[in-house]
Amino acid sequence: MTGVFSYLVFFLVIALILGVAVLGLNLQWGFTGLFNAGVAGFMAVGGYAAAILIGPSRDAVAGGFELPFVVGLAGAMAAAGAAAAVVGVATLRLREEYLAVATFGIAISIQLVALNWEYLTGGTLGLIGIPNPAAQLADGPLARNVLYLGIVLAAAGLAYAGLGRIVQSPWGRTLKAIREDETAAASLGKNPVRLRLEAFVLGSAIMGLAGGLYVGFIGYVSPFDFQPILTFQIWTMLIVGGSANNRGALLGAVLVWAIWTTSGFIVSKVVPPDLQAQSGALQAVLIGLLLVAMLLFRPRGLIGEEEHVSRHVRP
Amino acid sequence: MFLQHVADGILSGAIISLGAIGLTLTMRILRFANFAHSELLTWGAYSALVFVGFFMAMDEALGGPIGPLSFGWALVAAAVLAGGLTAAVALLLDRVVFARLRGHAGHMTLVFASFGVALLVRNVILMGFGPDPFYYSNELQIAVRVGAVRVMPDQIFVLGLTAVLVVLLHLFMTRSRTGVHMRAVAENPSLARTSGVDVDAIVRWTWVIGATGAAVAGVLYGLTVQLRPELGFSLILPLFAAAILGGTGSLYGAVIGGLVVGLSENLSVMVIPSGYKPAVPFLLILAILYFRPQGLFGEPR
Repeated sequence: MTGVFSYLVFFLVIALILGVAVLGLNLQWGFTGLFNAGVAGFMAVGGYAAAILIGPSRDAVAGGFELPFVVGLAGAMAAAGAAAAVVGVATLRLREEYLAVATFGIAISIQLVALNWEYLTGGTLGLIGIPNPAAQLADGPLARNVLYLGIVLAAAGLAYAGLGRIVQSPWGRTLKAIREDETAAASLGKNPVRLRLEAFVLGSAIMGLAGGLYVGFIGYVSPFDFQPILTFQIWTMLIVGGSANNRGALLGAVLVWAIWTTSGFIVSKVVPPDLQAQSGALQAVLIGLLLVAMLLFRPRGLIGEEEHVSRHVRP
Repeated sequence: MFLQHVADGILSGAIISLGAIGLTLTMRILRFANFAHSELLTWGAYSALVFVGFFMAMDEALGGPIGPLSFGWALVAAAVLAGGLTAAVALLLDRVVFARLRGHAGHMTLVFASFGVALLVRNVILMGFGPDPFYYSNELQIAVRVGAVRVMPDQIFVLGLTAVLVVLLHLFMTRSRTGVHMRAVAENPSLARTSGVDVDAIVRWTWVIGATGAAVAGVLYGLTVQLRPELGFSLILPLFAAAILGGTGSLYGAVIGGLVVGLSENLSVMVIPSGYKPAVPFLLILAILYFRPQGLFGEPR
């Protein structure tokens, strides 16, 4: 029984961390219509930034400032936001496809930096021994994970509530106006490029936060934690749950992560172990089919966007 | 050493050009950035491998090398068949996925769907062939010295074939009725439609030309490098860089863009560690978007 319970806690920690990233993507795609093809890259930047800020000091590697966890998370958000600004400034005034290409490119480049710049990132070995903030307060792995689940719940709740307020605010309504009709919004004196850039940077910062939370939980970071498949998973979570709906984003995260882990379990039982690469491919095909089928047959997702009508309009 | 990098850059650039032509055409005529385009290179390369296997099983002599080249008529015939099969796959993908989304769904949904399709194609190939590399032939080649550089006969063949294909495509686009229609649709689809151009047929032609070019580029890549399931994935950025650099929709721009990308990638190893080579196309994209977003040969909008 405790086995099931402790697995459930572990599962929820990971699913909700991914859910935070899905919330960030929802601000970009759901509410603003920006295509970010490099989600894993921004999460990686956050993960590495947090690891460098809170990790133990080491001779061969830069960083290791042993700062408090919260500072690490703030740094993760700042670093991911800065990376987003680099591609955002170059592309957001141009055709919207260019953002997709540039975000794809920065994710590849971040992966290369993680692999090759050993002084900063530890190379393929990564950075290890990142202190888990829950470990200092709790005895034993189960108590630690339960406590960390509390931290992740708080972070996800904060992101959910904060984004909910932002989206309702005049700023958020302008975002939707730009998504629906850029020319109309611009003619009313709104600056679409600036607002898009703000939404893109804020969304990426939230992805960085997710990266930092992930690294704090597993205690190390390596280039293999943020593979391109992660970007697909985050996207599928958003599309399945329903874009432009933050409850849908979190629901999709838990649901798709459940499908992913279950399919991984089944595939590992069915496919012989020497065909490991093929079983990974089978899982990816399943998630790809889910995504394309969702787009074709239920594009609004399970929950989808709620209609908002001005309160001045009487039905 | 410098000249050797230049020679290698031109060779890999030629293959990138061939792939980028199809990408730039889809970006212009179908009006979306197709992330699945480079997976058509992988598909073409692997289907040629299967066809080569068939031919070799029929008659061992077909695999015998032609002159100094490493491959025989089996690969030539296989490449033609692979081009046809890849075009069929592209048309099928259009019918099943892209055509349904074109028009009513948001334009970025198409880009997004192409992302999912790319993942599917790549992993289906990985499931079928496994992660290990393949080669079309195990023949050893003797390099030829041209001045200060050494090149393989296969590489000279790749350059020559690319040049011939680009000239043929140029003639098609300027002399044939379909080619003129394609340019009309690229310029203004609704005006072309009212002028009696069958836009749906042009869409199919675009897929066929783009996919055939992709398949040939994939075979040439497999011939001069190797076949891996992530062949296409690693070419996504170089292809987009070539298309954007040349100016989206410009055929000759894509060719020049491909050469620039190939040269910059190969020359970059003289200044930066070779581990960062795959990031070069990204830096090119950023630079061109900052300073000349319409591309080298595109017109400002």
